[in-house]
Amino acid sequence: MIQNFTTTMTAPASRPARFVRPHRHVDVPEGLWLNCPGCNQIIYRKQMEERLHTCPLCRHHFRISARQRVNMLGDPGTFEEMDADLIATDILAFHARKSYHEQLQEARKTSQINDGVLTGRTFIKGRAVLLVAMDFQFLAGSMGAVVGEKITRGMERATRENLPLVIVSCSGGARMQEGAISLMQMAKTAAALGRFHRAGGLFISVLADPTTGGTTASFAMLGDFIFAEPKAMVGFAGPRTIANTIKMELPEGFQRAEFLLKKGFVDRIVPRDELRSTLARCIDYCGK
Amino acid sequence: MAKRFIHGKTNPSSTVRRRRGAGVGAGAKPERMNRSIAPTAPAAVVRESAKVAPSARPVGMGLAFEQPILKLERQINELIALQEQKGIDYGSEITQLRGNLAALVKKTYDHLSAWETVQVARHPARPQTRDYIEMIVKDFEELHGDRRFADDPAVVTGTGRIAGHKIMLVGHQKGRDTKEKITCNFGCAHPEGYRKALLKMQLAAKFGLPVVSLIDTPGAYPGVGSEERGIAEAIAVNLREMSQLATPVVCVVIGEGGSGGALGLGVGDRLAIMQFAWYSVISPEGCSGILWKGSENAADAAEALKLTSSRLEQLGVVDEVISEPLGGAHRHPRGAAEAVERYIDRTLRRLKALPIPELLEQRYQRLRRQGEAALQEQG
Repeated sequence: MIQNFTTTMTAPASRPARFVRPHRHVDVPEGLWLNCPGCNQIIYRKQMEERLHTCPLCRHHFRISARQRVNMLGDPGTFEEMDADLIATDILAFHARKSYHEQLQEARKTSQINDGVLTGRTFIKGRAVLLVAMDFQFLAGSMGAVVGEKITRGMERATRENLPLVIVSCSGGARMQEGAISLMQMAKTAAALGRFHRAGGLFISVLADPTTGGTTASFAMLGDFIFAEPKAMVGFAGPRTIANTIKMELPEGFQRAEFLLKKGFVDRIVPRDELRSTLARCIDYCGK
Repeated sequence: MAKRFIHGKTNPSSTVRRRRGAGVGAGAKPERMNRSIAPTAPAAVVRESAKVAPSARPVGMGLAFEQPILKLERQINELIALQEQKGIDYGSEITQLRGNLAALVKKTYDHLSAWETVQVARHPARPQTRDYIEMIVKDFEELHGDRRFADDPAVVTGTGRIAGHKIMLVGHQKGRDTKEKITCNFGCAHPEGYRKALLKMQLAAKFGLPVVSLIDTPGAYPGVGSEERGIAEAIAVNLREMSQLATPVVCVVIGEGGSGGALGLGVGDRLAIMQFAWYSVISPEGCSGILWKGSENAADAAEALKLTSSRLEQLGVVDEVISEPLGGAHRHPRGAAEAVERYIDRTLRRLKALPIPELLEQRYQRLRRQGEAALQEQG
């Protein structure tokens, strides 16, 4: 159910596709200004970055890397990364138009991490948590064996050490290039979460744009608390697949965070600048 | 059961099974149009059939690679008819042709490509969950509804006995004829289907009934209602709860194991797959659409995804491959059902002997190992 990859990578709905890496223009210093896909205004990049990568005019939440997320959520300098050296082997020798092996190498280079997720212990306003942040830059944040294993190890450590678990999902779903193995990561993470749940652990699931497919259909929807960033696309099947099946235009705002809130699948929509304090408060209320 | 299959048999006097009943050939086209992840699936059946309106479609279309087999079967049947008509004894010729036929079937099915396997798994005459229920489940009492929203016909649940074991059965139902297919959404379950299955499985766990799950779906239903009512949440909860269900859970992929929709009924102590079934993270058409930007490469995608039973066994995703009768389950449904029954019997005997905490620990470790071989510490 990773139909979402292409759609989400190229376009949240009708927005310009290139906001992640703007095209080089000859006369403008690269990246000094950028076009906000939310309000279609030219905004000053530095200002956008200072506001936690949101648009200073319309509060559009830009997609951020796992590293940026970790730095943004945790107290400065407290993140102790786990399993950073774990890498994927191309067990199926998967080959489409490009080989998976090549894709992995490219993804490692562009995203500067070894696979699609960062896991580790950090502190949020002084409270110890096990933090997991997915990275959309790495093959659409897809979950293969490495992502599944790192998240499961994170859950198991959180169970052992009674740490609250915070997962920020940003993923197109299970990773096609690992076939049924990636599908099994859904079961593995859900099972580990089952044990964590039984042990009384607190799990806060944060849904960032986009969270779809196998990620949504496993741990992302199993939070004690489920928060979503404004306008984040959250769903199971990709909008194109659904439109093809029902042969109709999809309703406005379908599969956006606000839609899920209305339908009862999200506790609250939390803007990025409030996320730290909301998480800290939840942890306090649950006595963790 | 067999009722359905006897319908499909046009010549009862023939000992050669002919899979060419009216109900068999019909419906291939609507299925393709509605297949969730494969809106433009390449021809599963012979091309010409797609051009004919469903009502006017000639019966007896087989899979493309089956054509030589079907031709030989026709020859044998003609010879038998001739023998009866004219009173000439063609016994030795018929015996010889039957020998050739068996050899041809074996040769064809021994060397199926991944894509051909997918075709077999989708064969219109392949036994489905309700067929297995009729063939191997005694005293089946169907239980309906999720007690929240609706009863999803794409998932069948109920109690019964298999090889003497009292069990709770859950399974996807794709539908045999066009009407049933539409009712069942071609086996694509809505959230209600998963919630209904979970409710019945929890009931089973409460009273110590083992769960048998038969998996056969192209994927969960991709639609507005399905998303609105939380298909992802329904599947996620099933994964978590099935991993902790305090009773033995045996899962068998009998046809198509399409993605999360299959996994939503597929977490248990054992996972077996029928020889010509497939199981993967996405359908070949879906994968082709994304990685090749078009559905024409479904055959390449099927190959790349390693979705066949033997590859899945090598990868440790499934515990066992259940052999199908010569030429696939659609040729000998009863043989296939007996193989499934034997597997369930043997597996349940083993699992029932385990104390529940031990069972759950083993189930967890089984899931925990998934993907181990695909990892490596960077040195």
